[in-house]
Amino acid sequence: MNAPGSGRSNLGSRRLMQRIAFSLVWAAGSLSVLILLIVVGYIVAKGLSSITWQFITTPPRGGISGEGGISTTIVATLYLVVLTVGIATPLGVGAGIYLVEYAEAMARKSRIIRAVVSTARFGVETLAGVPSIIFGLFGYALFVSSMHLGFSLLAAGLAGACLILPVVIRTTEEALKAVPVSYRNGSLALGATRWQTTQKVVLPAAIPGIMTGIVLSVGRIVSETAIFYVTLGGSYRMPTSLLSGGRTMALHVYYLAMETRAFDKAMGTAAILVISIIIINAVINLFSRKLSARIGA
Amino acid sequence: MEETTGACRLRTIGYKLWYGDFCALHETTLDIPSNRITAIIGPSGCGKSTFIRTFNRMNELIPGVRVAGEVLLDGQDIFRLDVVELRRLVGMVFQKPNPFPKTIFDNVAYGPRAHGLRDRNRLAEIVEKSLRSAALWDEVKDDLSKSGLALSGGQQQRLCIARTLAVEPEVILMDEPASALDPIATLKIEELLQTLKKDYTIVIVTHNMQQAARVSDFTAFFMTDENRSGHLIEYGPTSRVFTNPREKTTEDYISGRFS
Amino acid sequence: MARETYENRISEILGSILRLGKVVSEALKQSVEQLSRRDLEGAALLIERDEEINRMRFQIEEDCLTLIATQQPVATDLRKIASVLEIATELERIGDYAKGIARLNIFIGQKPLLKPLVDIPRMCERARGMLEKAVEAFVREDAAAARAIPEQDQLIDELYKVVQRDLIFFILKDPGSIDPAMALLWVAHNLERSGDRVENICERVIFTVTGEQVDLG
Repeated sequence: MNAPGSGRSNLGSRRLMQRIAFSLVWAAGSLSVLILLIVVGYIVAKGLSSITWQFITTPPRGGISGEGGISTTIVATLYLVVLTVGIATPLGVGAGIYLVEYAEAMARKSRIIRAVVSTARFGVETLAGVPSIIFGLFGYALFVSSMHLGFSLLAAGLAGACLILPVVIRTTEEALKAVPVSYRNGSLALGATRWQTTQKVVLPAAIPGIMTGIVLSVGRIVSETAIFYVTLGGSYRMPTSLLSGGRTMALHVYYLAMETRAFDKAMGTAAILVISIIIINAVINLFSRKLSARIGA
Repeated sequence: MEETTGACRLRTIGYKLWYGDFCALHETTLDIPSNRITAIIGPSGCGKSTFIRTFNRMNELIPGVRVAGEVLLDGQDIFRLDVVELRRLVGMVFQKPNPFPKTIFDNVAYGPRAHGLRDRNRLAEIVEKSLRSAALWDEVKDDLSKSGLALSGGQQQRLCIARTLAVEPEVILMDEPASALDPIATLKIEELLQTLKKDYTIVIVTHNMQQAARVSDFTAFFMTDENRSGHLIEYGPTSRVFTNPREKTTEDYISGRFS
Repeated sequence: MARETYENRISEILGSILRLGKVVSEALKQSVEQLSRRDLEGAALLIERDEEINRMRFQIEEDCLTLIATQQPVATDLRKIASVLEIATELERIGDYAKGIARLNIFIGQKPLLKPLVDIPRMCERARGMLEKAVEAFVREDAAAARAIPEQDQLIDELYKVVQRDLIFFILKDPGSIDPAMALLWVAHNLERSGDRVENICERVIFTVTGEQVDLG
């Protein structure tokens, strides 16, 4: 290194570099935020004019001019979110717990389990990158046709669950791995079993991370179109059972934009979609903080 | 060993340990007397932490570990005991304080709850008794519902000791319990050990030889050989080991002439 | 790692102990020679110079305490430091015996001695030889040498008995000679005690090297 004195000579240029770098990252940051704000702002501003209480509470009436509101699509979206998350969460979290807390210990003892585990990991990685329409085709072939579920909430929910499962598993794994080993050791050293340790110490500490995964998944379900186009159908009637078809808000935006002249209504629906995603995120974050505090107690 | 007085609580007979093919600990035969503090000293990698983790079978959590020889707790083979029961009898305090992200109360009540105790009054009693024994009660009695992580490092470590005491173990293993603490917090832990030994058998691993000399009744010195395997070099009363060690290696190590 | 700082400090202290041993031995020699030649001025000077011995001893003690406080010696190191503390005390006491002989010299005053000194200088030589050997054995960590030294103390004890017998003979012959005779008896006593002190030093040497607590007396 330089002698203490020589550091002073290039102090000016080092300061300058620091200032340039700082300005660049600052500019990148504000530009990204700006772009996001413009997109969201544009949609909301354009859509706001068509949003009325009536728009929200009346069902769509179909037709080339996109008559009616969007009430049934809101309901269908809600049902679908609850259904997919309800199916994927226990499966995904369970799989994540198995992979992180148990599989490694077991894999040490058995070569077969080791192979199964590494295959599972590889599968999860791959599935996370597969386009949603592939899940849609799979869902159509298996749930809609072979299992005779038809275009229905159930078929769409199952296909949607497959879509988000890799995300839930991976975020669960990451969240569990982020829990310090010292917590596990502390618990095991007190004579707690592995399951007690997982349930009482590791999971509560991992809940916020797992919730992040679920929030991401909810966002994905709310915003996906392709997969539900081929599993949920496009009926705008109010879904009445698990076997009813339906139309989510995102699908409705698609229909409105592509098959009607009601571009303003598409914008209105999009605005509601964006707003509801923001609300969902906020609510789930709050909920996860509460849950984590409660399980941890 | 000839110098250990009183009943012996833990005993290893020809105990060996491997990580895969690497022999981390050579045959170790050692008696640990009850109600005494036994210090394990030695340079890094000499197998002292490995040795202490034998007694609550924490080594089994590490992949590829293999052991041979006998380890007895009150005459019973610990490898035949149920591991959960063994860990209730043999508690452990770790190097870095590791309270759970829970309240002080729940931290201490964790062990008893895990072992099936539900009665709130009994739990409250145990929590108070354990915190008193760990010399922490007076500092925390008014905010038991505060998070254990909100305490200072020294308090956290005493909380971990209280948590260990709550399951009423016979033996407490301590893996460098004060190495992450400041001198005053360290002193408190050391003083605490002196009161705890009346009721518990304590085995402490420490890097700090002065600490071993200050707190322990017996000292075991481990050293690595040219293959980096750990050997028990010398074991005896602390007063003798630190004034007149029998082995040249011990002398060199404790007087700081270890190369 | 050889702990150089520590080694340097301890060799400084050992140098001080060697010096103190030399000074004390010299004082013993001077005190008996002054007695032989009735040198009262020299005796007064020697009494004054005892302060220097005390100072040296305190300095050694201070150095040892500093070393303990800052370097935390254990095992052989610790035994050595503890022995230094004790040996310094023993040497200082032997210095006091020399001072005592000088005082007795002054007490006898201008009177001539009862008889020319023969055995007392021999005792003195023995004691000095033992003393210097013991201090050297300590510095060299030579336990065998230290074990051999106390044998020589027997000769001192025998000489002491001879001196006692001679002086009692004088007293019986002439009760008026009781004061000068008692003075010489005390001189011999001081020399005999010096030998015993050297034995203590030898015990410390053995303790330092082996950790064994022995009683050579």
